[in-house]
Amino acid sequence: MFESLSNKLQGIFDRLAQRGLLTEADVDTALREVRLALLEADVNLSVAKDFIKRVRERAIGAEVLKALKPGQMVIKIVHEELLETLGEPGKLNLNGPSPRVIMLVGLQGSGKTTTAAKLALRIRREGRRPYLIAADVYRPAAVDQIKALGKQLDIPVYDEGTSAAPPDIAARGLKVATEAGASVVIIDTAGRLQIDDRLMSELEAIKNRTNPAEILLVADAMTGQEAVKIAEGFHQRIAVTGLILTKLDGDARGGAAISMRAVTGVPIKFIGVGEKTDALDVFYPDRMAQRILGMGDVMSLIEKAQETFDQKEAERLGRKFLRAEFNLDDFLQQMRQVKKMGPISSLLGMIPGMGKLKEQINEEEADTTFRKIEALICSMTKEERRNPKVLDARRKKRVARGAGYTNNPKNPERELEGIQEINALLKQFKEMQRMMKMIKGGNLDIRRLLGRN
Amino acid sequence: MSDYRKGMAKTRRGFFGRIANAFTKSAITDDDWDEIEALLIQADVGAQTTEMLMNRLRARHKRDGLKTSDQLKMGIKEELRALLKPPTPLNISGRELSVVLIVGVNGSGKTTTIGKLANRLHNNNRKVILAAGDTFRAAAIEQLQQWGQRVGVPVVAGKPNADPGAVVYDAISAAKARGHDVLLVDTAGRLQTKYNLMEELRKIKGVMSKVVPDAPHEVLIVLDGTTGQNALLQAKGFSEVAQLTGVIVTKLDSTAKGGMLFAIQQEMGLPIHYVGLGETIHDLILFNPDAFVDGLFEEE
Repeated sequence: MFESLSNKLQGIFDRLAQRGLLTEADVDTALREVRLALLEADVNLSVAKDFIKRVRERAIGAEVLKALKPGQMVIKIVHEELLETLGEPGKLNLNGPSPRVIMLVGLQGSGKTTTAAKLALRIRREGRRPYLIAADVYRPAAVDQIKALGKQLDIPVYDEGTSAAPPDIAARGLKVATEAGASVVIIDTAGRLQIDDRLMSELEAIKNRTNPAEILLVADAMTGQEAVKIAEGFHQRIAVTGLILTKLDGDARGGAAISMRAVTGVPIKFIGVGEKTDALDVFYPDRMAQRILGMGDVMSLIEKAQETFDQKEAERLGRKFLRAEFNLDDFLQQMRQVKKMGPISSLLGMIPGMGKLKEQINEEEADTTFRKIEALICSMTKEERRNPKVLDARRKKRVARGAGYTNNPKNPERELEGIQEINALLKQFKEMQRMMKMIKGGNLDIRRLLGRN
Repeated sequence: MSDYRKGMAKTRRGFFGRIANAFTKSAITDDDWDEIEALLIQADVGAQTTEMLMNRLRARHKRDGLKTSDQLKMGIKEELRALLKPPTPLNISGRELSVVLIVGVNGSGKTTTIGKLANRLHNNNRKVILAAGDTFRAAAIEQLQQWGQRVGVPVVAGKPNADPGAVVYDAISAAKARGHDVLLVDTAGRLQTKYNLMEELRKIKGVMSKVVPDAPHEVLIVLDGTTGQNALLQAKGFSEVAQLTGVIVTKLDSTAKGGMLFAIQQEMGLPIHYVGLGETIHDLILFNPDAFVDGLFEEE
């Protein structure tokens, strides 16, 4: 039912871009849509109103009317304002005498404990010595949870079970961690509502006893209009120093990021993008803004590709590609590398203009196709992979059976199906080789590439 | 009812108290309309549902000749109420063993809700047993076991990272063998966009129906009351895979308003069974649409 905010804005600006100079009415039409899109993305109403007002002030008048491409100008202004609202990327303030204390606070279920573990892992990877303190004595088994995570990551956890008062646990834990030579101490606190006076006082007490360098509000990216009140509530009582948005790996459009940032003025420091302990990313406002505006998240894509695509392997494949020596083994390697980068739909979402295509991709189908091809190539001999020409009917039959295409009473034509799959694969592969030869020979004909011979 | 009102008091002050303020003037002005719209948006009713409600209210204004702020107030109240269906009782009676599957995204409050629901049913003399189907999150099993102890009902659990389908299978066998008549199944939190995890859920459901032909008898999604428009996507995503039969909303003791319930009821027609209002064992109450809407307009 909902279009993504990026698609929506893109649609609006496509229409704008096709026209000449912008009138005040044009701007207002577009901004009404922007407002609606922001609200649908859960941006707080007052925050959205302020935002629209600022964009409107800048968009109407000389600045835009003089511009050559008015549509682009509006995109630019919306983008700039969005960037400004999202603010500079925040780094952890970890300089100063050891140990530095980081306190995690937030509502129930926002992801504090998981984030504590992720943060500890990240900090250790930076060469520091993290120590966790289990100060959630209310939720059943919260202490067990952080202890289990600590054990899993081999990071020490201080706990006193559930009988002591959290401020005492925090203070004693800090002492133990200091003596153990920890450089960063992360305090996991219980989830609480910002209107719960007793529990908010408890946070103040923990703060006073441990003098944290960072107080990070962990918030669910799916939060609605309340984001503003939650952020304000915590900020007023304990002066948070940064935000962490969790569950951004879902399809929430994350308007809460804009809202919380706008009312607290503190930077968003990290985003949680999965359940694994390394799924904590640095927050890049420019990427977020670009994504909202439908320009794609090219930077993220490049980085993700670099992380997973082994550089040497890429170079080797590239050289082979150019020498047109690319064989089925390389084909398989390449597919596996792409696969490592994540679901194809999420990759497409990062490429400008591909947002719409993303919705058409059936992830399940793509995965099945990949697994089929993998099974087929893996059932071939080395010789067959290097030189698929040797695959005669007899060999194809063997490969098909090896890949699981065996006749059975339910499906007596299963083997034939497999052979057809092999033929399709070989055809695709041949087409690729033909194109590589064209590239190599320097006589690449774009029309032929596009199949319009 | 009084429990409900007490629990909802903060919600009312947060949102519905303010709606009441919008109607203190007697003659209807443009500001009244804007204010109602803003209040609905701020209650997470959502831009589309708000627009629909406002259009209905305008039509009613013309048709019925609403003149005073009070009449406008009655009008929007009736429109809001019309979107909410009366809750039906849980389909957990009249058979040897009823199986209830609890699903939802991470951190929505599934395990806590199961603890509270188990307590309610236990107090109603039902023989309740719990299945620790969240084998993924660290200490989720211990969390449910502690709830089981508090309530005084048994918990069937496997090892961490065990196949949740196997745990469910064991739990159903145990429930039958020990003569329990309600099995509440906890599951790991999962975002509705995660293909593999959603397929796992499909499998869990499949295991249930294999052992007990018409199980699960209820598939309830637990929604975080502070969630915005994503709640509808959650309900749709989970419904596609696990055919939801109802909704439980948690954390409504916050200043959150739960306005996304209107869109969910309107688009999906799922009954809302319970509301979570806190962390103690008694903080789960029956959803009452009249009280919910009345509460919107109560003065402080």
